[in-house]
Amino acid sequence: MRSVYPVLVVIAGIVAVWYAAAIWMNTTWTLQQAERAETQLSVAQVVAGSFGQERPRLPMPDQVVAELWETTVERKVTSKRSLIFHAGITLSATLAGFAIGAGLGILLAVGIVHSRVMDMSVMPWAIASQTIPILAIAPMIIVVLNSVGVQGLLPKAVISAYLSFFPVVVGMVKGLRSPDAMQLDLLKTYSANRAQGFWKLRLPASLPYLFASLKIGVAASLVGAIVAELPTGAVRGLGARMLTGSYYGQTIQIWSALFMAAIVAAFLVGLIGVLQRASLARMGMVR
Amino acid sequence: MQAMQTDAPNAKTVIDAVDVGLTFQTNDGPVHALKDVNLQIAKGDFVSFIGPSGCGKTTFLRAIAALETPTTGALSVNGMTPDEARKSRAYGYVFQAAGLYPWRTIGANIRLPLEIMGYSRTEQLDRIKNVLQLVDLEGFEKKYPWQLSGGMQQRASIARALAFDAGILLMDEPFGALDEIVRDHLNEQLLSLWGRTGKTIGFVTHSIPEAVYLSTRIVVMSPRPGRITDVIESPLPRERPLDIRDTPEFIAVAHRVREGLRAGHLDD
Repeated sequence: MRSVYPVLVVIAGIVAVWYAAAIWMNTTWTLQQAERAETQLSVAQVVAGSFGQERPRLPMPDQVVAELWETTVERKVTSKRSLIFHAGITLSATLAGFAIGAGLGILLAVGIVHSRVMDMSVMPWAIASQTIPILAIAPMIIVVLNSVGVQGLLPKAVISAYLSFFPVVVGMVKGLRSPDAMQLDLLKTYSANRAQGFWKLRLPASLPYLFASLKIGVAASLVGAIVAELPTGAVRGLGARMLTGSYYGQTIQIWSALFMAAIVAAFLVGLIGVLQRASLARMGMVR
Repeated sequence: MQAMQTDAPNAKTVIDAVDVGLTFQTNDGPVHALKDVNLQIAKGDFVSFIGPSGCGKTTFLRAIAALETPTTGALSVNGMTPDEARKSRAYGYVFQAAGLYPWRTIGANIRLPLEIMGYSRTEQLDRIKNVLQLVDLEGFEKKYPWQLSGGMQQRASIARALAFDAGILLMDEPFGALDEIVRDHLNEQLLSLWGRTGKTIGFVTHSIPEAVYLSTRIVVMSPRPGRITDVIESPLPRERPLDIRDTPEFIAVAHRVREGLRAGHLDD
């Protein structure tokens, strides 16, 4: 319980800074309105005018919370104005992309660790792939896949997988290589073959590394799914909400979609944390 | 020879090294880890290798285990090449660190070689039970390594090396990281284990009392190039209580070992 206070203090600090920034940024509009109406405003009036604007430059925290409440609790889940509906669309692409990315990442890592040829030929491409901005390559993936008749969830999942496979490859390669020379020598004294070395030593030794990189990978998957919704002009999904919000200057909508994305990411990372604790505890590696 | 098995009519040579040399090629030129090593180890012997670091004692043990390959000379284990001997599961190897898998219980760690070697499930359980008894760790089968002390972990790793019926036990400074009281206790246990199982033991150490207390033969080595400077047949009986270390015979052997080590250093 002791840790509650520092956490609350940090949150209060963030909210305070946010309010201050919002007041400062939103006064411009209030002052412009006053100028047009040729009226003089007191400081208190200017500050009060920063609250409750319909299209604030920076929405107040309470506006975002109210919007989140309205679009999650008060709307039906099937409604196109429900954030849960949009989050669900993005989440399905995220999970599909994460499954592809993590699976591919693990397979590549196994190949890289066991084959010198793969280590030298695949690893540089994996690194190069991450130096290309995802925003540049996302439209091309969608166009190429569309031209061969693939539409809907899969192109989004592919872009999401593109971002998530890399941390999994890197973490898994490190994990599979983590057993030291002594442990490899021990297996050699038993004349163990490579498959036995993999299943009995390398794979279990890699799991703590795998979970750490899965956490990074799943968050990257979500970013990938959101980015994939931008160039397609999608009308559904968190990315679509952000995009339409920016078309119409609906800053409150953008910010609530951003928060929803953060909540979904936190949920996904937390879920993997639970899986991690459960499986490491099963393996006796949690004290 | 002193260290004959009671049930073996003749001292049978299990490890035979003739002019064994091993040179590592490094960036600073060749390093002669072993040069002209000649040694016969008979069945049931307890042979200690002692010397300063760089004398090749661990390299020689690793060569017997086929973890290193001699560049010159002939080395045979059970009449085979070390590699063939390894494949026929001639030896169990105990490393400096226990090296137990943290995700396996003690029982499952001991099961590891048995799984790899394809023993049946019931056979595995039998053997785990037997070796745990041998190293005095009954009741710890379901514990994880971190729940055991360092000495107990090393005992578990000895049990793991004993689980399949290798006639030779190779031990590379197995008690080097343990404190002296634990080490005394484990030395006593190791002697009694050796007495009960009749294994041939190769034991690397840098402790003179440990080498003298345990061994039927002590091989003194010296570095640059790594070579054998003295082989001492111990006059001590096979039954050795801890206080044998205060007898004149023990002290005489220890003295000779120390002299051998000093002579090796004078070459520098």
